[in-house]
Amino acid sequence: MIPLSRGPVPATADAVLIGGGINGLATAYELARQGLKNVVVIENNYIGSGSTGRCGGGIRQQWANEENIRLAQESVALYENMSAELGYQVFFRQGGYLMVTEHESDLPALRDATALQNKCDVPTEFLQPEDCLKFVPDLNISRLKGATFCPKDGTAYPFAVVWGYARACHRAGVKIYIRTGVKNILSQDGRILGVETNRGRISAPVVVNCAGPWARNLAAQVGVVLPNHQERHEIMVSESLKPFLDPMVISITNGIYFSQSLRGEIVGGIGDPQEIKHSDPAKFDTRSQLRFAVRFAQAFIDLYPRASSVRLMRQWAGMYDVTPDHRPILGGVPGLDGYFHICGFSGHGFMLGPVSGRRMAAHIVSGEPDSIITSLSLDRFERGGLQRDAFVVG
Amino acid sequence: MKDHRIILCRCEDVTLLEFRQAYREGFSEMESLKRYTGLGTGFCQGKGCLSESAQELAVLRNLPPEDIRLTTIRPPADPMTFAELAALDLESQEVQDQEVQDQDVTDHNDQEAPA
Repeated sequence: MIPLSRGPVPATADAVLIGGGINGLATAYELARQGLKNVVVIENNYIGSGSTGRCGGGIRQQWANEENIRLAQESVALYENMSAELGYQVFFRQGGYLMVTEHESDLPALRDATALQNKCDVPTEFLQPEDCLKFVPDLNISRLKGATFCPKDGTAYPFAVVWGYARACHRAGVKIYIRTGVKNILSQDGRILGVETNRGRISAPVVVNCAGPWARNLAAQVGVVLPNHQERHEIMVSESLKPFLDPMVISITNGIYFSQSLRGEIVGGIGDPQEIKHSDPAKFDTRSQLRFAVRFAQAFIDLYPRASSVRLMRQWAGMYDVTPDHRPILGGVPGLDGYFHICGFSGHGFMLGPVSGRRMAAHIVSGEPDSIITSLSLDRFERGGLQRDAFVVG
Repeated sequence: MKDHRIILCRCEDVTLLEFRQAYREGFSEMESLKRYTGLGTGFCQGKGCLSESAQELAVLRNLPPEDIRLTTIRPPADPMTFAELAALDLESQEVQDQEVQDQDVTDHNDQEAPA
């Protein structure tokens, strides 16, 4: 049972999480687990209705930056135990990730990344094109130049993860309010006072902005300037087929990715360089385009010709919350006590949500610095020396 | 007839009993009920079950049927093969003219009345 209230909000809380996606719910669960008593999650729509519920569900450790690799590795460890910890089946399956390229010029970067991942104990291997057939027998390898494969990467069902966290939140005493919108974050003299919602005011010393693509505008209310922009990404699901595809396949050449869900559907998307970069939520547009379906179909049957006669069932879109270096923004800001944000995942919030929630909750409860949170804090954009990652795909 | 013998969604075999159980689990909106039960995600994409299910949800929530919002209808209207889609010309008017196909407007201020 997951009681999701539409009623009036409580007058006070120890912490308010804005956003009922994976980041808000995972952080709320961890805050309660780590001892905070009165934790409230505010969701504007239904839980998982934003970027979490619209994502492809992929979880990978194949990155080209050591901090990204270690963070993803920690997240995979949480996913491996998640169904047991939350008491809820989240359909996490480690079928691996097969990353392919059609360009010789990508091979040195793939080899270097494999070595770095191996150094971190991520069991990735570098593959010749014909080796890919071991993992995906019907893959069209005619134009491939190389690939990497990590058997410990995988997928989970995003909604089940959200429901699992919501149920665990409820058991831990967290209250979740759906169809409840935050109008204002309240602050005075450099200190957070709470939030004003359409169902009343909540006084709270801690507010965590987990609003995904809406985080930038919320932060601006308290004078926090996030460098994020938002862009639409589209995705589709096919009819259900017998299990035939173990890994997630992802091309760093054109950004297509596809995997098979435990219901048997092929779930996949492809990035589109023509997408508009937004900064105004009023202009977000998550309607579908035939252009996406055509682009995906062309790239998909090119890599996987046997699927030509499979039918596409439906398509949808969600917003990415993108930062200049495609890495999340975690932590608080100097001069505003009690304000924190967990945002800017740039399309990787589902894979990094559990670990971000755990680290941020520990940081908020203890007040102790956390090396990864410090490294991913907002002031890195002023510090300079951003660490980009060569493996931003899709 | 017993609830477990009444099929609401014929594509995905979702029974009335399962729908009511899902409601009792805490799923009180059509969007969430669809994702929890699989209702409306099969071959007809909800054409055969959405109105029946919404009617049932209206009874469960004691609301007039018009207050139950349906799920967003996703394209394509009927399933299409990847080969059929891949054969379309991206630059053609046909593709350009159908830029926007469903009504999934992400409206931050779109709240349901308290119920």
